[in-house]
Amino acid sequence: MDALGSYSLLLAFGFCIYAILAALIGHWKQKPLLQQSSERAVVAVTGLVVVATFCLAVLLLRDDFRVAYVASHSNRALPIYFKFAALWSGQEGSLLWWSCLMALFAATAVSVNRRTHPHLMPYAVAMLMTVLGFFLVLNNFVVNPFALLAMQTPHGPQIFSPPDGGGLNPLLQHPAMVIHPPMLYLGFVGFSVPFAFALSALITRTKGEQWIHITRRWTMIAWMFLTIGILLGGRWAYAVLGWGGYWGWDPVENASLLPWLTGTAFLHSVMMQEKRGMMKVWNMVLIFATFLLCIFGTFLTRSGVLSSVHAFAQSAIGPYFSVFLTGLLVLTSAVLFWRLDFLKSENQLDSLASRESSFLFNNLILLASCFAVLWGTLFPLLSEAVRGVKISVGAPYFNKVQIPIGLFLLFLTGVGPLFAWRRTSFDSLKRNFTRPLLFGALVAIVAFLFGARNFYALMTIFLAFFVIGTIAMEFFRGARVIRQKEELGWAGAMVELTRRNTRRYGGYVIHFGIALLFIGFVGNAFGVHEQAEVLPGDEINVRDYRFVIQGIDQDETDNHIASRARIDVYKGGSLLATMEPERRFYKASQQPTTEVAIWPHLSKPLEILRHPNADIYLVFSGMSDDNQRAVIQVYINPLVLWVWLGGVVMVLGTLIALVPSRPPEPGRPLRRRKPAKERHEVAA
Amino acid sequence: MRTKNLKFIGSAVIILGVLAWLGVSGVQESKTYYVTIPELYAKGDAAYDMRLRVAGDVTPGSIRREQGKVYFQLHQEKQTLDVVYVGRDPLPDTFVDNAQAIVTGRYTPERQFVAQQVQAKCASKYEALPPGAKPEQKPSSSY
Repeated sequence: MDALGSYSLLLAFGFCIYAILAALIGHWKQKPLLQQSSERAVVAVTGLVVVATFCLAVLLLRDDFRVAYVASHSNRALPIYFKFAALWSGQEGSLLWWSCLMALFAATAVSVNRRTHPHLMPYAVAMLMTVLGFFLVLNNFVVNPFALLAMQTPHGPQIFSPPDGGGLNPLLQHPAMVIHPPMLYLGFVGFSVPFAFALSALITRTKGEQWIHITRRWTMIAWMFLTIGILLGGRWAYAVLGWGGYWGWDPVENASLLPWLTGTAFLHSVMMQEKRGMMKVWNMVLIFATFLLCIFGTFLTRSGVLSSVHAFAQSAIGPYFSVFLTGLLVLTSAVLFWRLDFLKSENQLDSLASRESSFLFNNLILLASCFAVLWGTLFPLLSEAVRGVKISVGAPYFNKVQIPIGLFLLFLTGVGPLFAWRRTSFDSLKRNFTRPLLFGALVAIVAFLFGARNFYALMTIFLAFFVIGTIAMEFFRGARVIRQKEELGWAGAMVELTRRNTRRYGGYVIHFGIALLFIGFVGNAFGVHEQAEVLPGDEINVRDYRFVIQGIDQDETDNHIASRARIDVYKGGSLLATMEPERRFYKASQQPTTEVAIWPHLSKPLEILRHPNADIYLVFSGMSDDNQRAVIQVYINPLVLWVWLGGVVMVLGTLIALVPSRPPEPGRPLRRRKPAKERHEVAA
Repeated sequence: MRTKNLKFIGSAVIILGVLAWLGVSGVQESKTYYVTIPELYAKGDAAYDMRLRVAGDVTPGSIRREQGKVYFQLHQEKQTLDVVYVGRDPLPDTFVDNAQAIVTGRYTPERQFVAQQVQAKCASKYEALPPGAKPEQKPSSSY
């Protein structure tokens, strides 16, 4: 198996080089057969990388501890789904996983577009394979996942198989960790497709916005996976790290946020290009930057350049990434500069109160946010380079800059979609915004009366409900028209409305998710944290909750030993739940961890519906010094659930926007069909 | 047309200016100097005025818990540093004898480092070694 994997990887690298050369030479010498063979080589590379990944999975599932990667990331007693997840838990495996997903994306993009857009294929193939080739270099020659353990003996080195593996890092033994890396990586690799097509369109001077239409769905899918990946990462941190929060401005978290910010900016500003032929250079810059930040994110996560809670790996891949990133940066800047004449804007800004201008501000703010996050993340490296001292900045820096940015973005989320293109009249402003503004203000006043005094929190509540108000009005207005015409009920009319313009209404649903997300963030202002050392029978009182310690049980599985505190939670005399925070000691890795207990549990929607604003978060953080009393941390984290809910709504909205819009009035003769460009973008 | 652009550029400059100002003040508030234990001592009295982040190995047997505080000693390059942890968050599970720890806080004239935050890595650097692994067992390529 290990030999099969190794040789597949090596062969994949060979085919990858061939694909690049065949695509470029086939294009320059106008040899269609050679070009065609380059596209087939992409499929071959994909097949081989998939085989290699499959081999590593089999080695993990079979407990083949001769393989160094298996020995250091798995053990016999590890549950089977974690053995599979061990595939992307270490550096070697996760880089192979990157290649595997990248290859699948590349092969799909090539086979979908090769007939419809043959002129874009040569450079797109060459670019996709260059990126994949870089990762295959790492897989083959730098961090090979199939390396075997060997022992020096008097008779020379001998292959050696330890009786059991060192085990998976306990922090990674969590369900969110099984799906978080694949989602994040799908997001990262997904942006390679729009990147490659944009570059190819620029090099070949392809007319119009064709590359945007080809890659629109790819960009949205990549964006969606990135969103899911980031939120699952937050969920993992929340449920595993035990410090009561889900986002700590850790370098690795920031690394995943950076391409999300530029990607979001891109998704908005392409509409300017589709609708008005503006911002052509800017869109190129954004998609290039997004992809480079994806590579940069992988690099930060995997290289251990910056010390971080989850930079699990430290290794020699840093220089390779630096060279590759510099190469990409030079290439993209050169192509952009060389084709600058081709990207002239067709229109100019007409008014400050227009859709165009709201998009410009949206982009400005997202980019400022991205820059501020990047600056803070790289501050230790920059200060060391400039002043010779290593200085880091912490959460206060990030919060200070990012909270106002977030509020401004939320404001734009509300106003932007309702501004007309070119210019908006004062009357239409009044008509569109009076009610949502009143609605937002009303909710904020209610929150104030209930004791919320934090300025940022009140602002967020006001803006979030303002956004929700504008979205509700848009749905209501559209549905009212359809209801009258089609004689449908309200629900039916809303569905019909959404189906007629999925991109616009899907976008609104995403904005609604964003508003929910921000409502979730507000909870941070109202959390409490208490710590107590307790014996069975003791009580802890926090806010109006009463925690009664029932006892501490011991438990043991093949994989770990656990001690579990049983704690009854009361509110106003009635029992809400029994919560069981745990401490575990993992046998293979000889490491202790805490297993946080969170209520209401995500798998219990009824409890969530009845208690939508509370998250009770208990940590069994250890025994007291005399080893008699349990140290229990109690966190009350209001509104955290809304963060996850907002994420689900955002994904739902993206899925809606991915469905092709249905032309209006089915069954009746269609009216004059609009040209393709407009049909694509009747949307927001 | 020009005035529209100027309006936009004007507002953009104001927004970016405010953000830059927030950024600079945020950096001032939270900047933390990474120093080694010898560098900390070399700073003399200047060390009392800055937020510091110091890394070292936890001296075995030095961890002592008293009245909600945790006392321990870090060592690095034969120099030692006495630390008291006063933060409210629980110490990480990886914080044990010989662990590599990073403490963030201030150094006081009582020759004690008051840490608000402690991060720790197991001596194995997260990558658990196979049991009984010896230094001479090096992974080698399979070809």
